[in-house]
Amino acid sequence: MKTVLIPALLLASPALAQDRVLTVYAEDYIASEWGPGPKIEEGFEAFCDCDLQFVTGDILPRLLMEGQGTEADIVFGLNTDLTARARASGLFKPHGQDTSDMSLPIEWTDDIFLPYNWGETAFVYDTTRLENPPASFEELLEAPDDLKIVIQDPRSSISGLALLLWVKKVYGDDAPEAWAKLAPKVLTVTRGWSESYGMFTSGEADMVLSYTTSPAYHIAAEDDDTKRAAIFPEGHYFMTELAAQVASTDQPELAQQFMDWILTPEFQAAIPLANWSLPAKLPQADWPQVMRDLPRPDTTLFYSENEAEALRQPALDEWQRAFR
Amino acid sequence: MAAGLPLSLGHLVAAALATLILGTLAAVAWWAGGLGGLTEWDWRALWFTLWQAALSATLSAALAVPVARALARRRFRGRGLLVTLLGAPFILPVIVAIMGLIAIFGRNGAVNEGLRALGLPEIGIYGWQGVILAHVFFNLPLSVRLILQGWQSIPSERFRLAASLGFAPRDIARHLERPMLRAVLPGTWLAVFLVCLTSFTVALALGGGPRATTVELAIYQAFRFDFDLGRAATLGLLQIALCVGAMLAARRIVVPQAFGTGMDGGEGPPAPGGWRRGADALVITLAALFLLWPMMAVVVTGLPRIPLLPPEVWQAALRSVVMAIASALLAVGACLALALTIARGAGRWVEAAGMLPLIASPLVLGTGLFILLRDAATPQQMALPVTVAVNAAMALPFGLRALIPAAQALQQDYGRLADALDLRGWARLRHLTLPRLARPLGFAAGLAAALAMGDLGVITLFASDQPTLPLKLYQLMNSYRMADAAAAAVLLMGLSFALFWLFDQGGRLDA
Repeated sequence: MKTVLIPALLLASPALAQDRVLTVYAEDYIASEWGPGPKIEEGFEAFCDCDLQFVTGDILPRLLMEGQGTEADIVFGLNTDLTARARASGLFKPHGQDTSDMSLPIEWTDDIFLPYNWGETAFVYDTTRLENPPASFEELLEAPDDLKIVIQDPRSSISGLALLLWVKKVYGDDAPEAWAKLAPKVLTVTRGWSESYGMFTSGEADMVLSYTTSPAYHIAAEDDDTKRAAIFPEGHYFMTELAAQVASTDQPELAQQFMDWILTPEFQAAIPLANWSLPAKLPQADWPQVMRDLPRPDTTLFYSENEAEALRQPALDEWQRAFR
Repeated sequence: MAAGLPLSLGHLVAAALATLILGTLAAVAWWAGGLGGLTEWDWRALWFTLWQAALSATLSAALAVPVARALARRRFRGRGLLVTLLGAPFILPVIVAIMGLIAIFGRNGAVNEGLRALGLPEIGIYGWQGVILAHVFFNLPLSVRLILQGWQSIPSERFRLAASLGFAPRDIARHLERPMLRAVLPGTWLAVFLVCLTSFTVALALGGGPRATTVELAIYQAFRFDFDLGRAATLGLLQIALCVGAMLAARRIVVPQAFGTGMDGGEGPPAPGGWRRGADALVITLAALFLLWPMMAVVVTGLPRIPLLPPEVWQAALRSVVMAIASALLAVGACLALALTIARGAGRWVEAAGMLPLIASPLVLGTGLFILLRDAATPQQMALPVTVAVNAAMALPFGLRALIPAAQALQQDYGRLADALDLRGWARLRHLTLPRLARPLGFAAGLAAALAMGDLGVITLFASDQPTLPLKLYQLMNSYRMADAAAAAVLLMGLSFALFWLFDQGGRLDA
């Protein structure tokens, strides 16, 4: 058995061709062939004279366990709601980019974590199934309980946590009452975004917690404009994904080169249609038409990482009580 | 030496398993600098975990008895195929099964559409009832198989003797079937209970909210969101304590099974006529409908797109198949060593060690292995071998449940004879043990291969640059490609099922 198995496994291993290797820790969906990873790899390798290797998995827990001994040169795909702990580890060094002129709806002053994309949380619906979607968060709360929504669990999903912070930002101390109204409409709470979205597309739920940019996929890839994000005047919660370089990197020049590349138009132009999110630094005129046409919320809501970290546990308790 | 070989091997496997499960837990606790405290929500999760697992196990075992009895005593065309097909839900990847259950029992599912058409109130699967429904869907097949094997393990001479003594069905039940059920049911109940204890995705997808939080989800949260490894270790320890407690409780009611020596006949128990005939047909039809309909729904949705799946999906499928076969061979070897040792009356700890993987939290296991092995190899290097080994370990308890009664019967029936004939070592394995245990061994290998096939497991924690098919399925879903994901789900289901069928049939060839 062994003699058969071992060559088979070796064949499956990627070949190591070069000495100059940039190791990028990334969330799994980024590096898959349907994410932005392949374009990023190809684009960077075209000029870096190096081999960019994605290492995927649960990146933050893994990085925290590896500590100074980590092989990572770059960490790609962290979320603002988790950066407080990432920062406290002291494993990162400044990105060295000018962030004064980003195309973000908020000001960005963080010198460690660099946004490469953004979007907002939103409830997505299907116009053929829901003719009169709620026009505001308040209308959603007051909607009849047979309007069914699926959301993600804030304990296992980043978008689920963003919803928690969204409700907290809109309703503040009244968040428990808001959740009490929302809870009967929650058909179920899934582990991750993909399970929720699958339930929505298969017709189980009327609305799904997703992103303002989700309809772009259906328009661009499926020529289907029946999926819309309900835009609420109370505002939508900001979500961004971040890159950072690891201080203990053995390839400091390559790592810096990569960080310098992230905000360039070449990199940014690859984001919208591969990541289905908005580019962090690209004039709107250069966005794909489908992204420019998407309805935009007037207000973007956001907690700083310290606020988010402080609010996380109390908000989680409130949320769990609402469903008790 | 000959008697010592399987004995020492079994002990070795048991020790390795205990080290794997408890060692990784200790590693996590050591890394965290001790065990962490639990929150109010953790205790709620524990309570929910316990009662849903108990209810799921009771329902699965109770419903399995009439189904197994009907299958054991009826002969009809396609019976063999049906028995194999009814086993399928157990080896379905969770995400695929949930798709199927929703297609049938969901808000827009076939059942509710039928109810609406009839003007009847709809049923809701989101909530604790959905969790129980899914657990029964998953575990009814396992229970049926284990109990059916119990029925088949009663030598047909016994039934013939009973017939010649003029036994009515109730006499047969009292003298032959109930003793068998007393031997098989506690183990079946326990196996399902333990499977449901570590449930994670089911409870999250169908539970309807945080009320349906299981301990495994609490571990995930502690690990992933709080990075509180101490609390994760405490919760992992709690799961193991539950496992040991449940096993001790179940041990007390187990009555050893002894039916004496008999020739093997394939005819099974007598098939009573009259109303029992109709009842059996109804039971078999209902079970087939409940178990096969959701799978059919998935197949219908996904099948047409399979030819359109990109090559990466096929590569991942090939990798998964190779890994699953490796896991199956490893699992079945370990399983045989353990079962033979247990059959010779080894200490209870050997059997307990064999059941441990069932309750081990994959997250704690993966994290512990990461901590222990990080100096020896990079996660990318260890991802595939570790996944193969962990999947083999995870499948062991199921194989053991099927193999232990058969190995015990073998030892009781032939042990002394073989010893007297000085049939030992390899010759004994080849001429006695393997032929006599071929069926449960094939079943165990099939289960192990299929479970490994559907496992997302610890590989995602390490590295996913060599993705398996389930991971590809998630990647497709994560990039909005739901139709392709449905096709990949059918492919995954088909491959799991094919692997199971091949091994299971292989086991029946000799028998």
